[in-house]
Amino acid sequence: MTDDGERGLPGKGLINGLAVTLKTLTKKTITQQYPDVEPELPPRSRGVIALLEENCTVCMLCARECPDWCIYIDSHKEEVVVPGAARARQRNVLDRFDIDFSLCMYCGICIEVCPFDALHWTPEFEYAETDVLSLLHDKGRLGEWMRTVPPPPAHDVLGEPSKEEATAARKAAGPGAATAAKTARPAPVRPEPRPESDR
Amino acid sequence: MPLWLDLLVRVVAVMVGFLVLPLLVGQAEHKVMAHMQGRVGPMYAGAFHGWAQLVADGVKFVQKEDVHPHGADRTVFRLAPIVALFPYLIIILTIPLGPNGLVAQRLDIGLFLVLAILGIGVVAVLMSAWASANKYSLLGGLRGAAQLLGYELPLVLAAASVAMAAGTLSLPGIVEVWRPWWLIWQAPAALVFFIAGLAEIRRPPFDMPIADSELVFGYMTEYTGLRFAFFLLAEYVGIIVIAGLTTVLFLGGWHGPFADQLGWLWTLLKMGVLSFVIIWFRVTYPRLREDQLQRLCWLILVPVSLAQLVLTVAVKSLL
Repeated sequence: MTDDGERGLPGKGLINGLAVTLKTLTKKTITQQYPDVEPELPPRSRGVIALLEENCTVCMLCARECPDWCIYIDSHKEEVVVPGAARARQRNVLDRFDIDFSLCMYCGICIEVCPFDALHWTPEFEYAETDVLSLLHDKGRLGEWMRTVPPPPAHDVLGEPSKEEATAARKAAGPGAATAAKTARPAPVRPEPRPESDR
Repeated sequence: MPLWLDLLVRVVAVMVGFLVLPLLVGQAEHKVMAHMQGRVGPMYAGAFHGWAQLVADGVKFVQKEDVHPHGADRTVFRLAPIVALFPYLIIILTIPLGPNGLVAQRLDIGLFLVLAILGIGVVAVLMSAWASANKYSLLGGLRGAAQLLGYELPLVLAAASVAMAAGTLSLPGIVEVWRPWWLIWQAPAALVFFIAGLAEIRRPPFDMPIADSELVFGYMTEYTGLRFAFFLLAEYVGIIVIAGLTTVLFLGGWHGPFADQLGWLWTLLKMGVLSFVIIWFRVTYPRLREDQLQRLCWLILVPVSLAQLVLTVAVKSLL
């Protein structure tokens, strides 16, 4: 109050402070009444991991990449007799697929590495337990979470085509045709992401 | 009306005001402070926007264990919350609500009594600080004593200015002779009185004796349960008292349109606005450091109030 340097009128800061609090008083509060009102979570929220069992080939990539070693997988091989084939084929059958959510740190590496989209994020987060052992979700429980997986956000119509599409187009055009890098349109202004695809 | 009925009505009215107004201010503080910080404040107690939050707090305080620190001076320790609370009750007796004797006790020396009793606060602070046998309490209590003794001076000088202007020490008398242009004439005194009053009730930004980030909770550190609730109640009654005294002395009390019928409403309205300002200050300003606190008192408030005294005398002798 007394040891100010050059700061304009004395007491200006005091008045400004009062103005800030008064302005905030008139604004809408940002409190979310969580247990009463469900929060609106974006589709990519990292709530819990869901397992689509049919897609899993027991390649073990997720279990090996997991930094916390919190994915446990057991499987056995089954012979599938294909009529007309020379030999019977072998198929991996999943016996156990557990994720220990007391260890999981929600890094999402397992979902990233899964080559067949067997693992998915879902925004559900209300699975707290009174017993830490109950946080080990078996494949049945992980499969139930699949119901809550939101549909993937729509592609950006102005974005680059996917790699698969680009490769197919190049092959169709024959050798020497323009590559994806050559045909990529220069986008001087990146379009604003639409709010509904954001949420 | 027989005397005993008259007395009964007055005492009951004062008790109701003493118990209800602080709760209103407390609830308003919860809500106003929350919204000034972008929150919503209590929402559950009482089912509608947490209106019963302070009632719930009171019930909780009653249930708490009554703890004495080892080595505490028990009698003084127990007495301190009462000493903190009781003077304010007596001050409320003398605050006039409306014209034609709408005051619990009409005293010719009302202002003198009020200022004298307001000074008892320092005794309560020192009692609780010393009897707690706790170094944080003692530090807080000594800070509180220094602050209260210091700010007593500008408070009294500012009140003396308005008493000189009115030519009476009676609180209803001061309101009766009050004229709107006094708002300008007595403006410095009003500011000094309000700021010194804030310091007297140890409200932020003058809560150095409590300073929860450095002294745990100052002189209230060792108090729990009902005794702690008494200290808190004393703080909120203090807001009512300071707002009421500022209203009566400087803002013209019941003066306003239809003062004869709605005088009490004007007084309560002005008190409400001042209470809001007190809450507003608490939300806005950080705590003053101990040296800033004393400097504000001795280098700004005391000279301003002395200059106001000179101004009052000059204008009064010209009239």
